[in-house]
Amino acid sequence: MANISKRNRRREREVKNASKNRREIIAARLSRRDLIKAGLLTSAGYLIHKKGLSARAQWGGGGGDCDRRWWDGSGGAPVSPPTTPFVEPLFIPPIAQTVPALNPAPTVAPNTAAGEQRTRNHQALTTLPPVKFYEVHQRDQLLSVHPELPLQRLWTFNGTVPGQTYVARYGEPILVRNYNNLPADNGGFGLQSVSTHLHNGHTPSESDGFPCDFFASDPVGNTKWYDQHYPNVLAGFASSHPPLGDINESMSTLWYHDHRVDFTAQNVYKGLAGFYLLFNQFDTGDETTGFRLPSFPNFDIPMMFNDKNFDPDDGLLFFDLANRDGILGDKFLVNGKIQPFFEVKRRRYRFRWLNGGPSRFYRFYLTKSNLTNHPFWIIANDGNLLKNPVQTTTGVMISVAERIDVIVDFSSFAAGSIIHIENRLEQCDGAGPTNNILPAGQGAKVLEFRVVSDAVTDNSVNPATNPTFYQVPTRVAQRITRCFEFDRRNGQWVINDELFDCNDVRFRVKRNTAEIWRLEGGFDWSHPIHIHFEEHQVLKRNGQTPTLIERGRKDVIRLGENDDVEIYFRFRDFTGRYPMHCHNTIHEDHAMMLRFDIDDVGNNNENDCGHH
Amino acid sequence: MPDMNRRKMLATLAVAPLAVGVVGQTVGVENKFKVAESTREKLRKRFFPNFELTTHEGKTVHFYDDLIRDKIVVLNFMYVKCEGVCMPVTMNLKKVQKLLGDRVGRDIFMYSITLKPEEDTPQALKRYVRAHKIKPGWTFLTGKPDEINTLRRSLGFKDAKTRLDQDLTNHTGMVKYGNEARQWWAMFPGEANAPWIVECISWMDGTDAQPVIQATQKESKRAESGHRHSKTKKR
Repeated sequence: MANISKRNRRREREVKNASKNRREIIAARLSRRDLIKAGLLTSAGYLIHKKGLSARAQWGGGGGDCDRRWWDGSGGAPVSPPTTPFVEPLFIPPIAQTVPALNPAPTVAPNTAAGEQRTRNHQALTTLPPVKFYEVHQRDQLLSVHPELPLQRLWTFNGTVPGQTYVARYGEPILVRNYNNLPADNGGFGLQSVSTHLHNGHTPSESDGFPCDFFASDPVGNTKWYDQHYPNVLAGFASSHPPLGDINESMSTLWYHDHRVDFTAQNVYKGLAGFYLLFNQFDTGDETTGFRLPSFPNFDIPMMFNDKNFDPDDGLLFFDLANRDGILGDKFLVNGKIQPFFEVKRRRYRFRWLNGGPSRFYRFYLTKSNLTNHPFWIIANDGNLLKNPVQTTTGVMISVAERIDVIVDFSSFAAGSIIHIENRLEQCDGAGPTNNILPAGQGAKVLEFRVVSDAVTDNSVNPATNPTFYQVPTRVAQRITRCFEFDRRNGQWVINDELFDCNDVRFRVKRNTAEIWRLEGGFDWSHPIHIHFEEHQVLKRNGQTPTLIERGRKDVIRLGENDDVEIYFRFRDFTGRYPMHCHNTIHEDHAMMLRFDIDDVGNNNENDCGHH
Repeated sequence: MPDMNRRKMLATLAVAPLAVGVVGQTVGVENKFKVAESTREKLRKRFFPNFELTTHEGKTVHFYDDLIRDKIVVLNFMYVKCEGVCMPVTMNLKKVQKLLGDRVGRDIFMYSITLKPEEDTPQALKRYVRAHKIKPGWTFLTGKPDEINTLRRSLGFKDAKTRLDQDLTNHTGMVKYGNEARQWWAMFPGEANAPWIVECISWMDGTDAQPVIQATQKESKRAESGHRHSKTKKR
């Protein structure tokens, strides 16, 4: 303990010196060129490692030694206070518990008289009646993110961050009664008005959490609520593959989060996110049946990664309201705790990795204490099991809202071994990563695995035997090809040169038809683009066949600088409004979004692909 | 699970005042951090410098005390001789002002701050206001160049990329809107559809704001097939 506080004091001093040096540089109005001349900055824009200038990098805070995000007193994020890494165990969010019944009982039409804030009828409440009921209260809660920081007043689903984990099953529709009890005082950021999105369920529009289906808070009573019906049904159930849907459209790792238009970044940063796991007869949660993936919950662990900033003066969560580009945190949280540890047995685990944002791109490696990489298997992308596991020795990239399920085998480690999840992707600002990969040990270690000696059995499938999960769903001819160019016009995000308006239906998809979309990125910026409702298949990335990892089904497309990606969808079964948006939540809140509707007519808007 | 017990215990503290940042911590933490100020005070210090500005009417005002505090505001940056995004944004905000009616100047305040204080004197701004027949309740402001630059950056009208940040022709068309007392701050694109902007501003009245989406299903002016504006490649 004495050592720790000594180390902390030293770090604190280093941080203070570093920011003093930065302030001096700024005060002296040195230009970038001056700094290069003085040997303090390389031409690539990195501060030279010099004690006092790059303290943040030394303790693995910032992910790389680029540090152009100096706080010069005019907005911007400060340097967070130091914290000792790996002092607390990984928090596992509790499993959501059902209630026997809801009072009043759910109704097809919104029960406005009783306080329901839904505005449209349920499409499938009677055809896919819920068999389980849940109540969730969105409310504030004092929580610890690290024992060396003060308690934080966060916004939660039922009191935890991440919120409770829903454990759902195909064929068992559920209904969640979602109460908004967020407090009158927002504590500096966040809007007490919510729309909870289930990312990326095959969910009817009225339950999807469209950004403009928000509703207000009642901090003291339960007079404001919204029923969300999650049918847990496979795409195609009422169209191409009746009556159960296409098994190859099975999803597994979903998450839910606030999606309130213009305030998503603030509300999610404050805590409003959680996991929703979907099992079926193959992905059973039991390693002795089906695909024999490691059993839930003991060996199947969801991990939500977030990077955040904390005020160095009072130690409280800091949200940079002056940032339009993307917020990069210098503290890395897994399931709501800064740099936790997790004890593992000498066997295989399934980890469901989710980049919970707000903006950073990760490339995660498993770094052994001798700074070599431990290989692992990628089994699912965006919650969709691949055809076969894909082994990686070069880490895996995860942009905001992407989910990567992995199998990690710890059986080769001796008890007492230490392995870190390390982000080695360098990123200097919100615009996107530099794509430089940092050397092992010089990235940001976000979680520490500690191998324990307990004897343990492992009945889970060995990915090296190349098990087959799902096939890529068969395609039918597309009705239309639409093209979307993502750009920025005087700081305003435009898609095909137009700005967002929740009331503007940019195009209409004809229900039960297939479409091809081509998404094209602009200069300078990287965007994780998310499209609600249907999983898509990546046909081509920059003219090439996508990698094995990207070849399955997805719902987030990484659009790097000048990328051109072609994707295929079938929009089946339900109608209504859905968005396509950037999931860098800062871009999203600055209107990098469009609305499209699914109906039974469709139209041909946004089909001008002539510029390609 | 000890963690759950701790959480249950903490639930009873849920009404602790926001100013206390050190409740229930391990020994040492309480000495390390200052007791938090009110968040409103923190926001003021961080984002809303109280610089002295001059209105287009020649009146001296303080940014936080006179323009922001306790108000619902709509705020952007522009300059008189701007040939780029300023004019379409100004014209669009005129529509917004018209739609908001007599609320502007009463409980919603619109501000445009010059990016070129050297040439945009109060008189120049006044001429601009007259030329564009801008109604009362929307104030144009100038001040000391250094302070305006700090204000611009503090308020989030800066670009992460220095190249873009220092290119005046590329200055942002985004507009900040907020409610200072409620600590709600966001931005909309200044060229967005005016009725949509009005809807965004209306959220600042209180969280009771209801989405009006189902009432107005409009298809905008877009033609039914393949319409696209001519390309502008500014970023």
